[in-house]
Parts: sequence; structure tokens; C-alpha cells
Amino acid sequence: MQILISLVLVLVLVVPAAAETIYVSNEQDNTVAVVDGATMILQAAIDVGRRPRGMALSVDKKTLFVAEGDDNRIDVVDLAKRQVVGQLPSGADPEFFVVHPDGKRLFVANENDNLVSVVDIAGAKIIGTVDVGVEPEGMAVTADGRIVACTSETTSMVHLIDAGTLELIDNLLVDTRPRAAAFSPDGKQLWVSSEIRGTVTVFDTATRAQMGKIEFDVPGIRREGVQAVGIEMSRDGATAYVALGPANRIAEVDTKTFTVKRLYLVGQRPWHVARSDDQKQLISANGNSGDISFIDLENQEVVKSLPVGRGPWGIVIGP
Amino acid sequence: MSIPKIQLGLLDPRRIRLALAFVMLLAITPSALPEPQTMVIGYVGEQRKPPPPLGPLDEVVTDDGLQGARLGIADDASTGRFLGQQFRLQQVILAPGKTPAEAVKEFAAAGVSFVVADLDADLLLKASDAPGAERMVLFNSRAPDDRLRQEDCRKNVLHTIPSRAMLADGLAQYLVWKRWRHWFLLAGPRPEDQAMAVAFRRAVTRFGAEITIDQPWTFRPANGRADTGHVTLQTEIPAATQVSDYDVLVVADEADEFGAYLEGRTALPRPVAGTQGLIATGWSAVNEEWGATQLQDRFHKQAGRWMLPSDYAAWLAVRSIGEAATRLHSLDPTAIAKYLRSDDFLLAGFKGQGLSFRPWDGQMRQPILIAGPRLLVSSSPQPGFLHQRTPLDTLGIDLEESTCKF
Repeated sequence: MQILISLVLVLVLVVPAAAETIYVSNEQDNTVAVVDGATMILQAAIDVGRRPRGMALSVDKKTLFVAEGDDNRIDVVDLAKRQVVGQLPSGADPEFFVVHPDGKRLFVANENDNLVSVVDIAGAKIIGTVDVGVEPEGMAVTADGRIVACTSETTSMVHLIDAGTLELIDNLLVDTRPRAAAFSPDGKQLWVSSEIRGTVTVFDTATRAQMGKIEFDVPGIRREGVQAVGIEMSRDGATAYVALGPANRIAEVDTKTFTVKRLYLVGQRPWHVARSDDQKQLISANGNSGDISFIDLENQEVVKSLPVGRGPWGIVIGP
Repeated sequence: MSIPKIQLGLLDPRRIRLALAFVMLLAITPSALPEPQTMVIGYVGEQRKPPPPLGPLDEVVTDDGLQGARLGIADDASTGRFLGQQFRLQQVILAPGKTPAEAVKEFAAAGVSFVVADLDADLLLKASDAPGAERMVLFNSRAPDDRLRQEDCRKNVLHTIPSRAMLADGLAQYLVWKRWRHWFLLAGPRPEDQAMAVAFRRAVTRFGAEITIDQPWTFRPANGRADTGHVTLQTEIPAATQVSDYDVLVVADEADEFGAYLEGRTALPRPVAGTQGLIATGWSAVNEEWGATQLQDRFHKQAGRWMLPSDYAAWLAVRSIGEAATRLHSLDPTAIAKYLRSDDFLLAGFKGQGLSFRPWDGQMRQPILIAGPRLLVSSSPQPGFLHQRTPLDTLGIDLEESTCKF
């Protein structure tokens, strides 16, 4: 095994991927860890506000936005300087948010206020709010920017918002305590994870009909130990990756058949996952073991775990 | 499962406008959705004389339990408004000495099928045995008595408050995990303290600890808040705890009469756990994990105080009904009562995993919080305590030892 890992490491070092940097929010350290994707080495920890969780890159990929749940704001991190250079209002208790493809707006879930706040990035002000269910959490936006999805944990729904008019298009019932939402790259499918049920429900975005429900059977782990949280779609839309929280696994799911193809054993309590730009690597942020796991998707194995701080939660891959 | 949805082709702008107008209408008057139906949930509580607060920072609370049920109604409504389901609480507070039979009659006349019974054990049994109650489901949100899950169990009762056995097992697992295996058990004179002591004695035999000293508390409770009250306690407590060596003092004092006087005053420098000190509880205001911050904030906004274990148990009861109604798309009481006890039922309760009811005695399976005065210390079941069904069944009375016969 050791030899295998070394071999893989050598391979990775010999044929380095395009320069990539991995950013991980450490919710208990109040930092964003910076990891070099090619060497898999921890390079820096950027001090940010209190309880950083959701993160996203600006459209030009020069700026990282970080939601600071306990400071009720979003920090603006200059990636070249690796420091916080500004702040945006977010509404109360921001947990997760998305950058709209127009590059000008953020859609933020305000977990304590049952609202989605729309933030104008340039003007640094809240320009709109949308009433949703209790404890909004997961956020997603279609690539064409028309629809924003928001899950509400206690209401057990996913709310579809017209990104132009800020009106609710529809409210769909999902399994108990929904966490993440993700659209397929073509926007035709909407995936929503349920933490307590440990399922993912897939909807047809246009008709809102349920297309399928994915259950995760992890050998040796009981039903309540399998909880679905973060979702990452491959760029070609063929595969989705689902973090299974306390089951310490990442599931690889076929988006046509909705079958689980593979389970990767990673660190403890993975919250979110991200796929590298070259699509060859998948990285999970593991909340309880304080590390990130690198999965080599070509060889289908976990090749490294790297300590990054306390309470890794969000993960974003940038240039 | 059918999901309520509005069919529309996204690409047709006329249909989008039409649908948006329709949706806006629903958003303004959500109860206009399908056919709005209302479920009335009963709540029966007792007028209680709150004990004098032991410490100057303690709040005097007179509406514990009821506030939890009210928040449950608000949370149920949040999904209900999208499904055309409305929930309302019909409350009865019993004057001292009154029996709940009259309340049950009132509920029956109003067509109530689910009742939060925020009652002590004797009154709970009177309620569950009252005429009309046989067609209801009562949620025990107050009484931790193990006999209600054993010889005095009732077919029409579900328990959302943890039993004493669950609390003792939760604490025992944590203390054993800490390797604090030798206990000094100090139990108060009241029947409930004695019952808690029985639960602690049972717990040590299950998880490999040992009660090396088992003593009753025989002092008359002194008033620690009197002027120079601390001087008396500083003399009395070391004398009362003058025993051979042990790892941890486990106290059983449910009425909060003397347990809080122990910490920092024991003869030997040892920690205090049990009903005071490091406590085992179904809920604590210090819990902010598993998303609990939002529940605590919502509760505090509504009630103007922190959420107590009885509030949480009443909230669990009302939320269980709402969750069943959501999953069934129905307010049919027979279907809800059946679903609550089924394998499929799972409630999100801000303790990290789904909660369900044990079929053999109606007790809700749930993690037990191990809490300090300011922060959460742990949550049981502890790692390494295994069970063939679910680790949650390592807490409390298991199927194999249940004497409950419905």
C-alpha cells in the first residue's frame, strides 16, 4: 500500500496537473487553508471571520468569498494577496451561498431568518430578499443563471427562485433535513441531499417531477449513520459525487441510472467535495478528522489525506 | 410518492407568467393550496408551583413544556403551508388536584386525536386510561419514570422525554469512556431520587462501572443563599462526602435541593456528575451543535428564555405529528398514528441523527446530551458501545429486557 501511494505520488509529481489551488474553510479555526493541488502540500492559512463555512469563487476566479456564520457577513479574499481585503453584508447567519453567473450578485441562505438575501457585490449591499422555509441552507444556481435553488432544513423543501424577479417559482417537498442542492451542468436536473434520511432526490427542473431517489447502502453502517450532505457534479454531467457525512464515504453516482457506482472511504465526516479542474481528482473536506482526502478518479482510489486545520467544511478549487 | 407540483413548460413565457402569478397567489395565501385542512393537537399540562431558585442566576419558569409545543406548531406550519395543512394547539392547564379525565373528554368532543401530555406519571396514567383516550395517541413529554415504559406502559402512549434508564445509561457510557469507573453514588430522599439511583445502579452493571460507595443524602437541605450560607455548606459538605477513594461522585437529586452544593466542596477533589455538575439530559440550552443554534434562537425569540428538556420533549411530540403528516400528505389520524410507530418514521431533532419510536414500549430513541453548565461536553451513545439494531438502543430498556405488554 505504502509503495502504491508512493508510486501514485511520483506519478502525480512527474505529470503535474495544471496549476491548481485548493481552498478549505476551517469552521473551528476561522481560517481558509490553502493547498497546492499538484504537490498536495499545505501552503498557507488565511485568517478570516468567525465560523467560515460556505465559499465560492468570483467569476474571474481572482476573489474568494467566504460566508462567516458567526459574524453575519461575507469576507472577500484576494487570492493573489491571500488575505481578506473587504467585506460584504450577507444578512444574518450566512451558511451557504452561490455566485450568480452574471458575476454581480450573491444569493445567500440566511439560516436564522428564513430568508435568501441577494447581495450586490460591487455596491456591497443587500438588494433583495426572498422568503423561504425554516433554516435555509443549500444553494445552487443554473449555469444560465435563470433559477436559484435553496433548501430549507426544517421545512424539508427545496425552493426554486426566479433569479430575475426574485419570486418563488415552486416549492418541492424532499426528504427530511435537506442540506445541499446542485443543478446538472445543463440545468435539466436538480439534485437535493437529505441529511437525516441519507438520500438524494433528483428532480426534472422543467417539470418539477421527481426523476429518482438515490439511497446509499454502506456496508457495516446503520441507516442513521448514513447522511447525505455535499454534492459535486462532474463537468460532463455524467457523474455526481455525494459526501455521506458520518459514514465517512464519498459516493460516486451515475446521473443516468441513479445508481451508486462506488464508495470511497475518506476521513471522518466529509461535508463537501470538489473536483479538480482537469477532472482527475476529487477532494473531500472532512469535518471531524481535520483533513482533506485526495481521490484519484482515474485509478479510483484515495491517495492521500492532508491535515488542514480544525473543522474543514467548505472546499473550492481555483487556479 | 407523489410530490405536489405545478406542471409547466419552462420555455413557454406565457405559461411562466401564468404560473408565477399562480404561485404568487399561493405565496400570499398559502392556505389556499389544495383544500386547507386543520389538525388540532391537544396539550394538557399542570399548574406547578416552581421551586425557589437555587442560585441567583436561575430563571423562574412557569410555562415550560407549553412553549415547546407552541414552537412545534410554528415549525409544523412551515411545511404545512405548502401542503395545505394547518396545525393548532388546544391547551388545558390542570389546577392542582384536578384529574385530566375532563380534559380528555374535552379533546374527544373536539375531535382531537393527538395530545401532548405534559404530566407527572400518576396523572399521565389517569389521562391515558380516561374514557375516550383509547382512540388517541398521548405523548409523554414530562415523566421520565421507567415504570411507564415497563409494567405501567400503555398502548396509546408514546414517550418523547427520555426515561431515567436512558439518562443513566448515557452518563454511564461517557464516564466509562473516560475510565471513571468507580462511582460514589449519593441519592436524595425523594421517591424520584431513589428511582434515579435505581437507574444508575442498573447502568453500572451494563457498561462495566462499579458503585463503590452507595450512600443516601441525609442532611436537611441548607439554604446556600442565606447570608454566610456558604460557611455552613463549607463545613457540612466535606463531612457528608467523607468516604474512601472513588473516581466520580454521581448525584441523584432531581428536585435540585442539594446537588449543586457538592461541586467544589467534596472532601476529595473529584468531579460531580448526574443530576448536577456534568448532567445527562435530553436537551440543554448549551447545545448548539447539529444545527441546534437555529432551534435555540427560534425558541428564545418566542419564549424569552432558554429551551428546557420538557420544552424540547413537547416540541418533539408536535414535530413528530407534523413530520408524519408531511410524509403521508395527509392529516388522517389513523394513518399518522400507524406511521409514527413504523420503521419508516424518522424525525430531525438537532442531535445529529434521525429519531424514531421503539415499537416495544413507545419510547423515542434519541441521543442523550452530556452537558456542563456552559458548554456541551459530549453526546451518548459513545463510540464503541455497539448494538445489533442501532447504537441508540444501547440507551434505556432494550427489547429483550422489556416487560411492557400492550
